[in-house]
Amino acid sequence: MNMKFGVVVFPGSNCDHDAYHVISKHVGQPVDFIWHKQTDLSSYDAIIIPGGFSYGDYLRAGALAQFSPVMQSVKEFAAQGKYVFGICNGFQILCEAGLLPGALIRNENLHFVCKHINIKVENPNTPFTTELSVNEVLSIPIAHAEGNYVCDDATYNSLEENNQIVFRYCDASGEVTSEANPNGSRANIAGICNFGGNVIGMMPHPERACEELLGSNDGRDIFRSLTNAIAKSE
Amino acid sequence: MMNNSAITPEMVAQHGFTTEEYEKVLQIMGREPSLTELGIFSVMWSEHCSYKSSRVHLGRLPTSGERVIVPPGENAGVVDIGDDWCVAFKVESHNHPSFIEPFQGAATGVGGILRDVFTMGARPIAAMNSLRFGPLNDEKHGNRNSSILKGCVDGIAHYGNAFGVPTVGGEVFFDESYSLNPLVNAFALGIVRKDQIFFGKATGVGNPVLYVGAKTGRDGIHGATMASAEFDEEALEKRPTVQVGDPFLEKLLLEACLEAMRSGAIAGIQDMGAAGLTSSSVEMAARAGTGLELDLTLVPQRETGMTAYEMLLSESQERMLIVAHKGREKQIVEIFNKWDLDAVVVGKVVEGNRLKVFHNGELMADIPVDAVTDEAPKYNRPMDGSKFKAQAAKIKIEDRKPKTEDRGEALKMLLASPNISSKRWVYQQYDHMVRTNTAILPGADAAVVRVKETRRAISMCLDGNGKFSAINPKEGAKLLVAESARNNVCVGGKPIAVTNCLNFASPERPEVMWSFSETIDGIKEACEAFETPIVSGNVSFYNETEGRGILPTPTIGMVGLIEDARKIITSGFKAEGDLIAVLGETKNDLAASEYAQVVLGLTTDELIANGEVPRIDLNLEKTVQQTCLSLIDNFLIDSAHDPSEGGLAVAIAESCFSSLNHKALGAEIELKEAALSAETILFGESPSRIVVSFSADKLERISAIAEENNCPFAVIGKVSGENLSIKINGEAALSAPVAELENLWATSLENKLEK
Repeated sequence: MNMKFGVVVFPGSNCDHDAYHVISKHVGQPVDFIWHKQTDLSSYDAIIIPGGFSYGDYLRAGALAQFSPVMQSVKEFAAQGKYVFGICNGFQILCEAGLLPGALIRNENLHFVCKHINIKVENPNTPFTTELSVNEVLSIPIAHAEGNYVCDDATYNSLEENNQIVFRYCDASGEVTSEANPNGSRANIAGICNFGGNVIGMMPHPERACEELLGSNDGRDIFRSLTNAIAKSE
Repeated sequence: MMNNSAITPEMVAQHGFTTEEYEKVLQIMGREPSLTELGIFSVMWSEHCSYKSSRVHLGRLPTSGERVIVPPGENAGVVDIGDDWCVAFKVESHNHPSFIEPFQGAATGVGGILRDVFTMGARPIAAMNSLRFGPLNDEKHGNRNSSILKGCVDGIAHYGNAFGVPTVGGEVFFDESYSLNPLVNAFALGIVRKDQIFFGKATGVGNPVLYVGAKTGRDGIHGATMASAEFDEEALEKRPTVQVGDPFLEKLLLEACLEAMRSGAIAGIQDMGAAGLTSSSVEMAARAGTGLELDLTLVPQRETGMTAYEMLLSESQERMLIVAHKGREKQIVEIFNKWDLDAVVVGKVVEGNRLKVFHNGELMADIPVDAVTDEAPKYNRPMDGSKFKAQAAKIKIEDRKPKTEDRGEALKMLLASPNISSKRWVYQQYDHMVRTNTAILPGADAAVVRVKETRRAISMCLDGNGKFSAINPKEGAKLLVAESARNNVCVGGKPIAVTNCLNFASPERPEVMWSFSETIDGIKEACEAFETPIVSGNVSFYNETEGRGILPTPTIGMVGLIEDARKIITSGFKAEGDLIAVLGETKNDLAASEYAQVVLGLTTDELIANGEVPRIDLNLEKTVQQTCLSLIDNFLIDSAHDPSEGGLAVAIAESCFSSLNHKALGAEIELKEAALSAETILFGESPSRIVVSFSADKLERISAIAEENNCPFAVIGKVSGENLSIKINGEAALSAPVAELENLWATSLENKLEK
């Protein structure tokens, strides 16, 4: 099967190399860095918007990156039903760009937080989660200062109704508790998808959880789901 | 020669010159200097840049070894790790700015050390920090100490996280001597191919000189001079001398520099750190034996009306000076423009030895670079160790009444004490996993990052021990180097090289200078024993406020090599039923311990008066370390942990605690040492010991290896249940649920800081 991933590089992206490494080394698929001024995405099957501090996260995390030339192309790419995967800063950018609903604000305790946390699979039927089962608990690290997901009630209800909540923070046994919520996110939301399911954003870093050496390889099934989805859609 | 009014004695004094030093300036120049030239000499001859009080001693440090590719003298030291890959690393202090403005002071400390590393062509893959503060519960300064700590941690997180380097380890330590005198020592390590190392040399007459990166502003003028004096009540008025950092710009600068280096267009490169444009141009020319001509009119500026003096002395961050191969400057400019950064040709390399600086068509400075560096003042300052030798006022610790007779309670007090409790409140604010190499999470004996390009991993730790150094600077330094090596060994790393940061009070005080010299001797002896040369470092003097100095605090950054990343081990016990053993021997070393302070209530001054540090035998230390490495190499042990502050009891408790993918486990321990008190056995801080655990079927092979190495080895118990129970000479000494111990240890610092 022939597929190609692209990892967008904004000025200030810093998990671009990590995403690239996982795709090339652990997923074993061709992957390119895509400079933020590039606008032709026609050769790609999936675009990863990686973590980092695009444009220094000045003004607001993700607020400036949405205006980069590549983002117009990412919107068109998503509109064609192709796969867009935002991780951490990428999730923030997708929300700012309007590709995902809601917003990510400062963590409740106002600190940057980096640690391994647990998330629970709420929807195993998205292109990013087919290799997972419902309620499965994954150990995946977070590293952010602005991961506190907020949205209004109407948005939240529609997320619920359409099964757009993909991951929630939970404890080791899968209980969704306030103690297990690392940043104050509404209803422990850790990741959501768009209505079509082809655009996903999540604060935890699955690319940091693809090897035993790093303490977890629970992230691999997310990437494996995505490659399966691409293979099927071809 | 332009500008200027005549140089008055007041101006000479304001620039920190002694009469003799100014005489030397006149002699070198053969005339009265211009104000701009006076400024150049002032920063270049500051303690911070010239090492004028320390150079005479630093020469004694061992700096060569078969792995050393770049010894001290460049922006960072470079060491061979095999397969044509090298690591570049250095530690540097940012103590003074971090006191004046903790957030920016600490942030720019991180920024500066990262630039030092990527200037060498190395991509930074790990950072660490050694932080020292006054006690949080200090009656007078507690709130201030707490706000300095929070500011520094915030600043480090702000800079390192956005830049994208994992902050993988370090230490946080409290003592009253660091009240109003915080120490912030920042370490960074990068990897570089052996044939792609860059140097800060202005080679090639006719080559263009480019200014790249952020624009120059008026921030940080005379920062280096500020860092070369003690503080008084007016310290906060020095706030404008602290620079302001922008990690986003630095990240762009990193990527642009590495891309420009790969293009082959760069002949030499140097970051503008302390003393900015002045020191970068002078040092690059001096190293190459060339001259430079610079036109400041061309320098990108973010303020108007800046004088030549201000531009030369500005310490604006995120800037570099690049010497390009002639004709290839356009290529460099294009790469930097791609990253939205300024890159401007501001001068050229010329024959001779003079730095000529023009501004608006006028020659503002014309000085011989070699004289500025080679003829910088060098002092062999008076030394006096009599105060140390006169310590006779011994306090018998046996006579001190402990705050608790209950040893379980004593263990809990220690685990909850600021110097032993978990520092997770600090390190969870740092992104310690970006770049996906972090094989051991922060809080361990040493940090480990694997090197993706090889099958190797690098271990590293950053340690200081001001108390031991204050009691006996030479033995303290040996103990420190030994512990740093041991920390690397405990994760499977063979120590290969060292960077150091020597934090001291005023060198003009003979007792300080004596302890500095003794420290150098101690580091030398220990580094020679472990065959770990010093490849980079820095000296920070004048760490005193209102006449009170810090404890002499050398910081050792030791780097180790793990040939096979599968052989990394961690400190936690792994399985019920595993045996627990100690390599090394426990001796009568309670006098300078955390127990003496936390449970017996001795002040640091009393410890110093006592004059006793643990005894260290470097031969035994090497034996213990070699034995441990051999056990790891043969896949025989599953955990290793170095008992340091709090002794064996604390080390065993820490090994019981939970970690990622491992739940907490209990232990049943029986210790036998007829000649020592129970407290000494539990809480004494004898060096040269490692607590290991392994499955019982490995015991025979392990004993045999210990015996072959002539290494003291004793099985002391087994992993069992949910309690930590320790018997001493057959009698129950303590027993407590591990969950309770872990909770105390894990939460006590954050409870103090988040109250």
